[in-house]
Amino acid sequence: MSSIVTFLSRRRDGRSWHWTDIVTWVWLVGGLIIMFGPAVWLVGSSFKTPGQLAEFPPTILPYVSQKAMVEGYDKPLTLYRVMQPDGSTKVMAEVRRVGIVAQMVDPEAPGEIVKVNISERRPVRQIGFATENYVEPLKKNDFLLYLRNSVFVTLTATLITLFTNSMAAFALSKYRFRGRDLVMVLIIGTLMVPLSVVLVPLYSVVSAVGLFDSLWGVILPTVATPTGVFLLRQYMLTIPDELLDAARMDHASEWQIYWRIILPLSAPALAVLAIFSVVWRWNDFLWPLVVLSRKELYTLQVGLNTYAGQLNVQWHFILAMTVVTMIPVVLVFVFLQRYITSGIAGSGLK
Amino acid sequence: MAVTTDSSLKARAGAALAAPVVWLAGLLNVPLKTWQRATGTGGMAAFFLAPNMAIFGIFVLVPLVINFFYSATSGTAYFLQDRTFVGLEQYERLLDCASYLDPATCREDLFWKAVHNTGLFVVLQVALMTLVSVITALILNREIVARSFWRAVFFFPVLLSPVVVGLIWRWILQRQGLLNFVLYEFGGEPVNWLTERSWSIAAAICVSVWAHMGFYTLILLAGLQAIPRDLYEAAEMDGTRPARVFWRITLPLLMPNLLVVIVLALIRAVQIFDEVYVLTGGGPGTSTLYLTQYIYEIGFASLLRNPGLAAAASILMGLVLVVLTLIQLQLGRRGERKAARE
Repeated sequence: MSSIVTFLSRRRDGRSWHWTDIVTWVWLVGGLIIMFGPAVWLVGSSFKTPGQLAEFPPTILPYVSQKAMVEGYDKPLTLYRVMQPDGSTKVMAEVRRVGIVAQMVDPEAPGEIVKVNISERRPVRQIGFATENYVEPLKKNDFLLYLRNSVFVTLTATLITLFTNSMAAFALSKYRFRGRDLVMVLIIGTLMVPLSVVLVPLYSVVSAVGLFDSLWGVILPTVATPTGVFLLRQYMLTIPDELLDAARMDHASEWQIYWRIILPLSAPALAVLAIFSVVWRWNDFLWPLVVLSRKELYTLQVGLNTYAGQLNVQWHFILAMTVVTMIPVVLVFVFLQRYITSGIAGSGLK
Repeated sequence: MAVTTDSSLKARAGAALAAPVVWLAGLLNVPLKTWQRATGTGGMAAFFLAPNMAIFGIFVLVPLVINFFYSATSGTAYFLQDRTFVGLEQYERLLDCASYLDPATCREDLFWKAVHNTGLFVVLQVALMTLVSVITALILNREIVARSFWRAVFFFPVLLSPVVVGLIWRWILQRQGLLNFVLYEFGGEPVNWLTERSWSIAAAICVSVWAHMGFYTLILLAGLQAIPRDLYEAAEMDGTRPARVFWRITLPLLMPNLLVVIVLALIRAVQIFDEVYVLTGGGPGTSTLYLTQYIYEIGFASLLRNPGLAAAASILMGLVLVVLTLIQLQLGRRGERKAARE
C-alpha cells in the first residue's frame, strides 16, 4: 500500500509537493468523475427495470425483484419482506395491490390473504440486469431498422467521401490547370457555411432532385466535405512529383498513378479522414431530422430523439438505445483516439 | 510464429476483400486511358475533380446562392417557382422593432428572443469554455503520470453524438435524477434543472462546455507544448516566480492558439442547436430557444411555416459567421507568417 502511495506521489523531477500539485490532482480526478461519470451512470441505469428507474433515491447498481411461484396462482408473484407487528420481517408474495394496501400471501401457507400497508414492506431483490431493455426495442420497436439505416448511411457516406475527396485532392495537388485557385477558394470559402445557414434551400434542392425522404438524401449532401479535400490535399502535396514522373515514363496512365501510387501513399491521411467521417456521419442529427419523414428511414439519432420527445418517455428503452448509439463511437475512442487527437492538433479540424 | 501466421492471414483476407475493387479499378483504366489520350492530362484533372465538384455544386453552392432568392420571397411553398417575390420585406419584418433590447416590442418577437438567448449563451459559454480549457491544458502540460490517459479523459465527450449528450444529461438533470440525488445526500432541496428558466440556461451552457471542451483543450495543449523549453529553464535560473512565468512567457506565447480557440468557440456557439434541443427542446417557454432552432422551426416544424423568413434569418446569422471566420483565417495567416519568419 505504502509503495503505491510513493509511486503515485513520486514526481519526475524528484522535488517535493507544491500546492499546484494538489490543484492538479483535484482537477484531474474531478475531471475523471465529471467526464466519465455521466456515461457510466447511463450504462448502469440502462440495465434497470422501469420500476427501479422511477425510484428516488436511486440505487447505484441495477436490481431485479425476486419472484416466486405460489401454489394456487398461475403467474410468478413478486416477493416482499413485510414488517410484522412484533418487529421481525417475513417474506410474502403480492397477489394484487389496491391503492396503498396490498393483498399478500405467505408462500408457505398460500390459502390465507393478508392485507398489508405498502409502507410496511420492501421488495426482495438481488443484483440483476434488465436485458429486456435492449432486446425489446430492437425486436418490437423499429430500433433494429434505425440501427441498419445508421450503419448504411455511415459506411456509404464514408466510402464516397474517401473516394471523391481523394480524387479532388489529387487533382488540386498534382495538376496545374486554369481555375485551380478558384476551386480552392470556393472549397475553403464554404468551410464557413454551416448547415444551419443553408437549411431551407438545401431542403428544396434535395426535394427537387427527388432525394427527399430517402437515405441518399441524407448521404449525398454531406460527402463533399471541404475539410476532407483540404486535409488530403495537404498530405498529397508532400508526395514527391518525381515519383509520378517516373511512373509516367513507364507509361502508367493518370488513373493508374492515382490508384496505384497516390492512394496507397496517402493511407495515413485517408485513415484519419475515414475515422472522422464515420464519427461525423454516425452523429449527424439536424440534417436527417429535416430530410427524413418516413419513420422506417430514421437513423438512430433521429429515432432516439423522436422516442425521447414523446409525452410519456419510456426511459428504460431510451437509456438502453442511447448506450447502443454510443457503442461505435466508444470503440473509435478506445482504439483510434490517437489518430483523432493528432488530426485535431495538426489541423484544427473537427 | 503464431503472430506472423495471424497477420499474414489478415493480410490475405484483406487482399481477398479488396480484390473486386482492384479488379474494378483495373477495368476503369481502359476507358480512362482513352479519355486521357483524347483530352490530355488537363482533361484528367477535370475528371478527377468532377465527382466532388458536382456534389459540392449541387448541395453546397446552389443552396448558398438560392438562399438569397428565398429570403426575397414569401409563401409556404418550398419550390422557388411557386413563391411570390417580395423584395426585402422579410428582412424588414425581422428587423421591425421598437427597441432591439426588448424582444416583446418586435414584430418577430420569437426571432429577437432567439437572438438575445443566443447572445447571452455565446458570451457565457465561450467565457466558461475558454477558462476551463485553458486550466485543463495547463494542468495536462505539467509533468503528470499517464498524461495521454488524462488527455483522453477530457477528450472523451467530444466524440459523443449531440443526441446522446442531450439524453445523458436529461437523465441526470431530471427531477429524480442523479444530480438531485447528490444534492439530497448533502441535505439540499431538489432543483428543477430543466424546467426553471435560469437553471435551464445554465444547464445548456454547462452541458455544451462538457461536450466540447476536450477539443479546445487539445488545441491549447498543442500550443503549450510548442513553447520552447529553454525559455522556462532560463526563467528558472533567474529565479522568476511561477505566476510571473505564466503572465510573461506562457500566456503571450499561447496567445495565437488562444485566439483561434476563442474564435472557433464563438463560431460553434452561434450555431448551437442539437444537444440543447434534445436537452430542453428550447424550453421552458422560450428560455433556451437559440437561432438555429428558430430557423429550423420557422422553416419546417412550426405551424407558422415561413421558409422565406427562415432563409432571411439564416442569412443574417451567416453574416455573423462570415465575419468570425474571416477573423479566424486572418489569425491563421498571421500565425503562418510568424512561423515563416522564425
